[in-house]
Amino acid sequence: MKILATRPERCTGCGACEIECARTWFKVDDKEKSRIRIFPPAKEGQPFRIVVCNQNGACIDVCPTVALKRAKNGVVQLNKSLCVGCLSCVGFCPNQAMFYHPDYTEPFKCVACGKCVEVCPEDALYIAEVAEAPASVTDTWLQKEAI
Amino acid sequence: MSHHIEEMKAAHRLLAEFTYERYPVQRGYTNRTLYINLSDSTIASKPVSEEMKEKFTGGKGFGLWLLWHGIRDTTKWNDPENEIIISAGPIGGITTYPGTGKSLVVSLSPLTDSVMDCNVGGYFGPYLKFAGWDALEIQGKAEKDVIIFIDGDTGRITIEEAPLEPVDTHLLTDILVQMYGGDDHHARRAISTVTAGSGAEHTRFGCLNFSWYDLRRRAARVKQAGRGGIGTVFRDKRIKALVVKFSDLKADSNGPADLARLQRVGTKMHKEIHDYDDQQCGMRRHGTAYLVGIMNDYDLLPVHNFRYGSHPDGHKIDVRVWDARFTQGVPDGCWYGCTLSCSHAVDGFTLRTGPYKGQKVIVDGPEYENAAGLGANCGIFDPDYILEANFYCDTYALDTISIGTSIAFAMECYEMGIIDKRATGGLDLRFGNAEAAIEVIHQMGRGEGFGTIIGQGVRRMKKIFVEQYGADPKILQDIGMEAKGLEFSQYMPKESLAQQAGYGMASKGPQHDEAWLIFMDMVNNQIPTMEDKAEALHYFPIWRTWFGLCGLCKLPWNDIVPPDNALTDEPTKIPEHVRNYVEIFSAVTGRQVTSEDLLLMSERVYNFQRVFNLRMGFGTREHDKIPYRAQGPVTVEEYESRAERYDKQLKALGYDVEKMSTPEKVAALRAYREKQYEELMDAVYARRGWTRNGVPKVETLQRLGIDYPDVVEIVRRAGG
Repeated sequence: MKILATRPERCTGCGACEIECARTWFKVDDKEKSRIRIFPPAKEGQPFRIVVCNQNGACIDVCPTVALKRAKNGVVQLNKSLCVGCLSCVGFCPNQAMFYHPDYTEPFKCVACGKCVEVCPEDALYIAEVAEAPASVTDTWLQKEAI
Repeated sequence: MSHHIEEMKAAHRLLAEFTYERYPVQRGYTNRTLYINLSDSTIASKPVSEEMKEKFTGGKGFGLWLLWHGIRDTTKWNDPENEIIISAGPIGGITTYPGTGKSLVVSLSPLTDSVMDCNVGGYFGPYLKFAGWDALEIQGKAEKDVIIFIDGDTGRITIEEAPLEPVDTHLLTDILVQMYGGDDHHARRAISTVTAGSGAEHTRFGCLNFSWYDLRRRAARVKQAGRGGIGTVFRDKRIKALVVKFSDLKADSNGPADLARLQRVGTKMHKEIHDYDDQQCGMRRHGTAYLVGIMNDYDLLPVHNFRYGSHPDGHKIDVRVWDARFTQGVPDGCWYGCTLSCSHAVDGFTLRTGPYKGQKVIVDGPEYENAAGLGANCGIFDPDYILEANFYCDTYALDTISIGTSIAFAMECYEMGIIDKRATGGLDLRFGNAEAAIEVIHQMGRGEGFGTIIGQGVRRMKKIFVEQYGADPKILQDIGMEAKGLEFSQYMPKESLAQQAGYGMASKGPQHDEAWLIFMDMVNNQIPTMEDKAEALHYFPIWRTWFGLCGLCKLPWNDIVPPDNALTDEPTKIPEHVRNYVEIFSAVTGRQVTSEDLLLMSERVYNFQRVFNLRMGFGTREHDKIPYRAQGPVTVEEYESRAERYDKQLKALGYDVEKMSTPEKVAALRAYREKQYEELMDAVYARRGWTRNGVPKVETLQRLGIDYPDVVEIVRRAGG
């Protein structure tokens, strides 16, 4: 499966990826609406922090409405029509890579579309091929017969 | 939908229909309540006034206010004018903060004959509001079994005679989510039901089951409005079920004034639970069952009808057992967005007894109260029995707390020889006899045998045992663990004066939701002096009342704490979480409140409920007394089991214990402890602005702004 991977040591914090992402998905130039976020180094000499989903799927098993599912291509997708906006997934993402914005009732996340890769001037982002993620607890339930 | 369910549906007969315009919830309120009278099939909309919102907030406050105006001073629980009121409160139904889907249920109780309130999870209350109603008020009695259906999608309400469906909850809920939700699982989650069961028809402690839909198990699950027998009132009104449908749930369905603020506070709280629950209470793994072992270790787990606080077999029903039995890794929240997720279940449990023997079922629970009440308190340390009993109590709609304490009392009476096999119909009701206990539960379901006597509750059993078996009323008063007619919940309060008063002074009877002080008193030793205890008995009941006004669960307040909580000025109050609640109330209603404002909302309703008790003929000092079993060792045997502890206390009081017999020591300790309890009552009443007789003073009502003429009149008559 493909994920968006990062090389933080190359990132200069220009924010081009954030703007491109917000334009692609929300048609606005607002970083707060980006599915990838860049934060300044915690200390001088350290790299920028690039926060983006690695498709580990931890959110799938905390979603009360089964709105988060792994798509056939391995990427975790949110079905907005099922989502009730509880934001449990935001608090429970181990990478803090599920985002929300008060203009929307549903959260949003990276789906490895690769648009940001195209605009990164430093080659700090790339699409990587990684091993298939193991099945979530939710997948295991849904494969069973209903009780 | 199966043919079988089609047939049941076809047998429904429409008694009344009501259509209405649905409009969005505004800042937590719909500003109208739904009134249904089953005697004449009335369905009507009633406006919610600004006064009602300002003074009573919502939830239990609305329930009390509506009931107050719906009944007479002389109304009994089974009179047609008694009501059942369900309300979610203004915050109820937000999805962005954990524990925000509670329904509050109010009625006159068959156990206490006074006003009762319960809080319960599941989807009903929030869906009711989003369907258009701040509260549902049901009065009257139907002639035959009915289902009330509130369709929030189309704005249509029907009362339907429903002759064919079974009444037991696990069957009925499953049928109704299919009948009203159809075949699609996501459509079924738009349905929530309220049901009772056959046990509610034959006892006084019937509970109500509120459903939610589990999309992984693809099955309906239930939570209980357990206390005080409101399920019994429900079946007395010939209600088979309430069904609500609402399909469009979103993060802004509650119409909050400031969604951004809710999202900010909510995600902070989700992260706190993610980071610390594992190290703290482990609610996500164990739910409240984590308490069994701790209570046993601290001598606080009721054993053998509250004689003792621990048992060598306690470990057989402690958290490790439930941890292994619960299915892990499922978000078991009873409302959306509850990441504390304490509603655990045991899957694929095969029933060994009763009418459903051989069925494989989901057992919702056990919670701490079930394991302690059905198990330890009856001397039964068998997890399979506890699961079996838990399941049957739920499907028959029996309150696991009242039933546990009632069976334990009957067992002690049996062991003492007060009742024998002739009285019990051959049941060998000694402590530890799981077979007899499960038979008692089935008898309640069938409405026969000694089970129906136990099903009257402890207060009425005491009367029956005196009248029919010549029992000594004094000893029954000492060991019968009820106050105000309600059975004690499952915490051993003997060594915690604050918990004794928390139980004794609770408005509805000895239930821990009002003042669960045992942990801060006994485990953490945070309220050592009489003044500390009196202050705690003022603050915490009022603070905890607030959750019931707003549709909230208390667990995310104190079963998870920020890592630096211990360093704050008042760690018992969990200041950061109090600030969260100030934020979410302000964000929903648009009213910028302070923590003092929240307390004022509660203090009003708290005092109003006290006056309501007065109006029904209770609510004074004598009704706040508790059996001595809750305060200290009643018998020589109990004293000697903890002789070192009790001797030490007597020595500190100046007694020369070496020269005293055990009965003398029992008497001396009793005199001291009963005096302490009286002193604490004096201190708490003074702190609450009540007279020495426990009556709110008129000036207190004036300060709180609830000095309505009829309220003042009742208080004046009682010397307030």
